[in-house]
Amino acid sequence: MGSSTLSRQNFLRGGAALAAAAATATKATPARADVKKHFKLAWTIYVGWMPWPWAAEKGIVKKWADKYGITIDVVEVNDYSTSINQYTAGGFDALTITNMDTLAVPAIGGVDSTSIITGDYSNGNDALILKDKTSFDAVKGQKVNIVEYSVSQYLLARGLQMHHMTERDVKLVNTSDADMAAAFETPAVTAVVTWNPIVLQILQDKKAHEVFSSAKIPGEILDLVIVNTPTLKANPDFAKALVGAWYETLGIMLSNTPEGEAARTEMGKLSGTDLAGFDAQLKTTYLFSNPAKAAAFTRSGKLVTTMEYVRQFLFTNGLMGQGASSADVVGIEFPNGKILGDSKKVMFRFTDEYMKMAASKSL
Amino acid sequence: MRLINRHPNPRLARVLTASPFVAVAVVYVIASTIRHAANPDDKLLPTIAQMGAAMWRMAAQQDMESGDYLMLNDTIVSLQRLLLGLGISLAVSFAIGVSVGMIPYLKRLFVPFINAFSMVPPLAILPILFIVAGIGETAKVSLIVLGTAPYMIRDLILRVEELPRPQIIKAQTLGAGDWQIALRVVVPQMLPRLIDSLRLSLGPAWLYLISAEAIAAENGLGYRIFLVRRYFAMDIILPYVAWITLLAFFADLGLRWLQHAAFPWFAGARAQ
Repeated sequence: MGSSTLSRQNFLRGGAALAAAAATATKATPARADVKKHFKLAWTIYVGWMPWPWAAEKGIVKKWADKYGITIDVVEVNDYSTSINQYTAGGFDALTITNMDTLAVPAIGGVDSTSIITGDYSNGNDALILKDKTSFDAVKGQKVNIVEYSVSQYLLARGLQMHHMTERDVKLVNTSDADMAAAFETPAVTAVVTWNPIVLQILQDKKAHEVFSSAKIPGEILDLVIVNTPTLKANPDFAKALVGAWYETLGIMLSNTPEGEAARTEMGKLSGTDLAGFDAQLKTTYLFSNPAKAAAFTRSGKLVTTMEYVRQFLFTNGLMGQGASSADVVGIEFPNGKILGDSKKVMFRFTDEYMKMAASKSL
Repeated sequence: MRLINRHPNPRLARVLTASPFVAVAVVYVIASTIRHAANPDDKLLPTIAQMGAAMWRMAAQQDMESGDYLMLNDTIVSLQRLLLGLGISLAVSFAIGVSVGMIPYLKRLFVPFINAFSMVPPLAILPILFIVAGIGETAKVSLIVLGTAPYMIRDLILRVEELPRPQIIKAQTLGAGDWQIALRVVVPQMLPRLIDSLRLSLGPAWLYLISAEAIAAENGLGYRIFLVRRYFAMDIILPYVAWITLLAFFADLGLRWLQHAAFPWFAGARAQ
């Protein structure tokens, strides 16, 4: 799950983004990458990704990078969509992203990516909220304000499916996440699908009722760290340093100590809220604090089922690329060697290798 | 001969006009070819053929879901919003601009306020606009009006003030009242200037239209661009941007032609 701010500021910054895109334009993503020493990880504000800026600030990322003799820049991108596009254009080596968006953008865009960290899944962070109505079925025939083509739409599609409806039973109104809370206050808006912290904010309104959330589809909206596969193959140390820094950070922030609380307070601040607000979002986020469990989840058949749902959803919505005749246009590879889709064109790989190394403390 | 006095012959002039366009296109094609050699599925700089295919899909094929021709539908919806917004701006600014420009009492009352109000960035007060106008069509049109009308009003007030004082005095000497001066002296001279003002407002109007469609919409050119941006479909975005540019260019050309056709005397008046 991710937070795109398709907001006014970003609209105005569009020009700058375009210039940056042009700068990377001729720097095409190589099929075979070289060994290198300097890497860039891009992140955007979301509860499950806030460990990154904190770890960078506290020198944890540098410590692990030093251990492997490399340097890692941890770069904030203020707009989620832009971060994905920049990664796909070759501007970053690694990115925080959801499983769905990895398939929809870099994978379809021919940028082979490997997920090295299964960080968390949304366990209530994404929700369908109705005004004055308390049952899911009431959504039928309504206009739903939503960031179209985001994980919100996936959540809605899954909810409709579970209640024997389809997307044809509702009318979607594409609405910027930055304006979702304000939109809910207007009389014409009666149904929204959005993510945290917006969900928490909207639910403060007495008329708002959460009728479906990602807690009903646990483990399907996954937040990952992906690395460009050729870069990863040439530089496995980059992944080792990232994974090492990640689990050290999680260990600190989730501990029941003053240190942990201080870390969460600062992460809250970095994401524009406070300790209480951050902890409230953590409650609806299932963080895989234990690398062994994260690795086991990544190996599980459940992940294959989820990716099957995801790719069918993308295909149904025309997001598998021009002229795609089925969801099989690209391949998704799992740790046990199973491949969904075209095995000759694997563009999205899950690996549990680095999480296993973290679990056995061999990093 | 000095450089400032040398003019290209007509053929060379055409070549000069075309060359920056051609240069941009060539650079684009080269960059796109390089990226596609490395990655045939590259999304950043789609090939001309990919953009053509995307446009064929958007413009000439019915959408599977709705049965609409998406690009046509987007264009109609966006132009409706734009025309309605600009139409309201035009009417409001004409009425306020002429009356405030002519009447000292109104000038005292409104000019400082309008000057201050025109500095408020409408996009920064969107939540208030939502409460007042909802997030539907009204809000989109309102945003265009709020974004363009203050400028047009200020411009028109200035243009009224610029009218040669002797004209007004002569009219009064000949016995004209307020209304007669307004209708026979000021308004006829303001109409072509209003077209100038409108031409300069076209750019901001598109900007506000696309912003409005990015915030909440079900259709429109800006809606489509921001929607497909989520999956980096530059093969749709680039042709849409070219299409918007073309529409804006022809709107500008049309207005210039209208000004020339309806007020042939104006070119001479402006040259003075």
